[in-house]
Amino acid sequence: MDVRIENVTMEFQNTVAVNSLSTTIRNGEMVSLLGPSGCGKSTTLMLLAGLYKPTCGNIYFGEKNVTNIDAEKREIGMVFQNYALYPHLSVLKNIMFPLRMQKVPKREAKDRAMEMARLVQIGHLVDRKPGQLSGGQQQRVAIARALVKKPNLLLLDEPLSNLDARLRLEMREEIRRIQQEVGITAIFVTHDQEEALSISDRVMLMKDGVLQQDSIPQEMYRKPINSFAAAFIGNPPINFLLARKTEQAGNYELVNSSQIIKLPGYLNQQKIQIGLRPENLFLTDKDNALLTGEVIHLETIGRDTLIRVQIEDVTIRALIDPSIPINVGDQCHLGIEQDHVHYFDTENGSNLERGNSYDGQANMEQYA
Amino acid sequence: MMDKPTWNSTLKAFLYLLPALLILIVFNIYPIIKSFLMSFYTEYDFYNDIVYKYGLSNFSDILNDPNFIKAVINTTVFVIGVVPISIITSLAIAVMLNSKVKGLSFFRTIYFLPFVTSVVAVAIVWSWIFHSDYGLLNYFLGWFGIDPIQWLTDPTYSMPALIILSVWKGLGFNIIIFLAGLQNINRQYYLAAQVDGASAWHRFLSVTLPLLSPTMFFISIISIINAFKVFDEIFALFNGTAGPANSTLTVVYYVYQKFYEEWEFGLASAAAFVLFIIVFLFTLIQLSLGKKFVHYQ
Repeated sequence: MDVRIENVTMEFQNTVAVNSLSTTIRNGEMVSLLGPSGCGKSTTLMLLAGLYKPTCGNIYFGEKNVTNIDAEKREIGMVFQNYALYPHLSVLKNIMFPLRMQKVPKREAKDRAMEMARLVQIGHLVDRKPGQLSGGQQQRVAIARALVKKPNLLLLDEPLSNLDARLRLEMREEIRRIQQEVGITAIFVTHDQEEALSISDRVMLMKDGVLQQDSIPQEMYRKPINSFAAAFIGNPPINFLLARKTEQAGNYELVNSSQIIKLPGYLNQQKIQIGLRPENLFLTDKDNALLTGEVIHLETIGRDTLIRVQIEDVTIRALIDPSIPINVGDQCHLGIEQDHVHYFDTENGSNLERGNSYDGQANMEQYA
Repeated sequence: MMDKPTWNSTLKAFLYLLPALLILIVFNIYPIIKSFLMSFYTEYDFYNDIVYKYGLSNFSDILNDPNFIKAVINTTVFVIGVVPISIITSLAIAVMLNSKVKGLSFFRTIYFLPFVTSVVAVAIVWSWIFHSDYGLLNYFLGWFGIDPIQWLTDPTYSMPALIILSVWKGLGFNIIIFLAGLQNINRQYYLAAQVDGASAWHRFLSVTLPLLSPTMFFISIISIINAFKVFDEIFALFNGTAGPANSTLTVVYYVYQKFYEEWEFGLASAAAFVLFIIVFLFTLIQLSLGKKFVHYQ
């Protein structure tokens, strides 16, 4: 079942939580709604669930307009952030609950619930109460309860945020496995970029209620549509530098620094924002360097070495090869491949790269 | 702080407990024991506090007293009449108040007023409401073509009048407790139930009631005990009588009559003791039922 959202706007008293959102989620797709807190991603999920009614706009499940249908009649499954398992019911009864509401005969309901419990690998825990389960097990119960009535759409509201780091990794693979095994359309809310990029077919990045970028995960990383997308995706975060045009064509001067950098000729802004991902920077010699500065901080985490380089008033993070000996206080030269540099407009933050006509709308239409 | 108890620490603890214990012993524990013993006094000179004879005749006397039997029946009718109506009404009002209404604190105050008002004042107001000629209630019933009812002077209607007053009087307390219980239920459960396809009524049955069961349990125990002890409402509503033709004579009222009006201390104590046993049995039954139906989180 395709899910189509058309110009949906949700206003609360004084704030616009979701602003004219349009997208289509295709059957069997797993889409994540990504963004900082307060960006409207959870509200969007609530709108899809029917727990909120939009101020304007329409939501279609397949061909059916469900905008004004209540949550209890939409036949969707939802997993809540804190799981919201009924504390007074056993695991089995929790999973059976949606079937009981559909008046499925008890025997059949029990069989289906058991089948679902086995799918999420908690078949041996069905007689326990939710309070006696670990976080990961509760999560599985919540997924089983959401899937037992065979919904057409599965909604997950920050499903992993209450789990510890290791379990989070396990459960996110588990959610992906279950989603693909059942073949259900799933929408997933998260503020964690890694979660979003790793398990979804498509990522929708939101900010202040507005959809910023809607693309496959790799593209979001490689071709951020604006400086917000560039800043939100990537860890450690992207470095932004401000550069001003000089007399000489193609030469830009770093603001707060006298360093001159060369940029492609098609750019003709007075001021420009440059984005350099730390993992794209590398140590090089003086002639090939884009930037030169002093190492002021150095830390090695596992396989990477992260350095902070001071270039007069600006600092830049770079992930470098740990085998190169370098110390705090050293002068270093940083280089980058030309096509790894991102250029942004200083006014509206949009990506200025030529030949990439991907404004948000074009991208969305591609999916629509 | 969790040291092993020593004589020294125990002694210190008792010292802290002493003020409260002293009051409890003098005004509660001692009278309870004394009245229990008193129920066995069969020949007693209360001027000189000399007991000539102990025995069980007080108990056989009251059990053979038609007035006592009547009091037990009246009390039972009263409990059955007041407790369920009071719990259902207050739960309904609490649920309504728990949904987002404007001026919640205003309504809370309004509903809590009966609880903090003196029973005597309340009974005086209600005796006006119940007045057969000028009363509001009869006036209201008149709209539906019902003839004036002699609420306070007809033995048939005095018990219903008492029940109405007591239900109204108990509402405030129950509503406040229910509201606190309702506000403790996480909203997520309702959202989850809604997504799971539960209608508003099913959400009430499957989420509200089970998660409210500890509160419900507390209120039902308190209400039943309080209803068994009913006295002051009767005294105030019927001007110091047990209603027309003893029609609202309850066990506590019986105890009062025997003790203060007839100076039969032995009989009064025996009746009080019987009431204690009845309440105790009811509470035991409730506790065992509670284990089965109450879900603590």
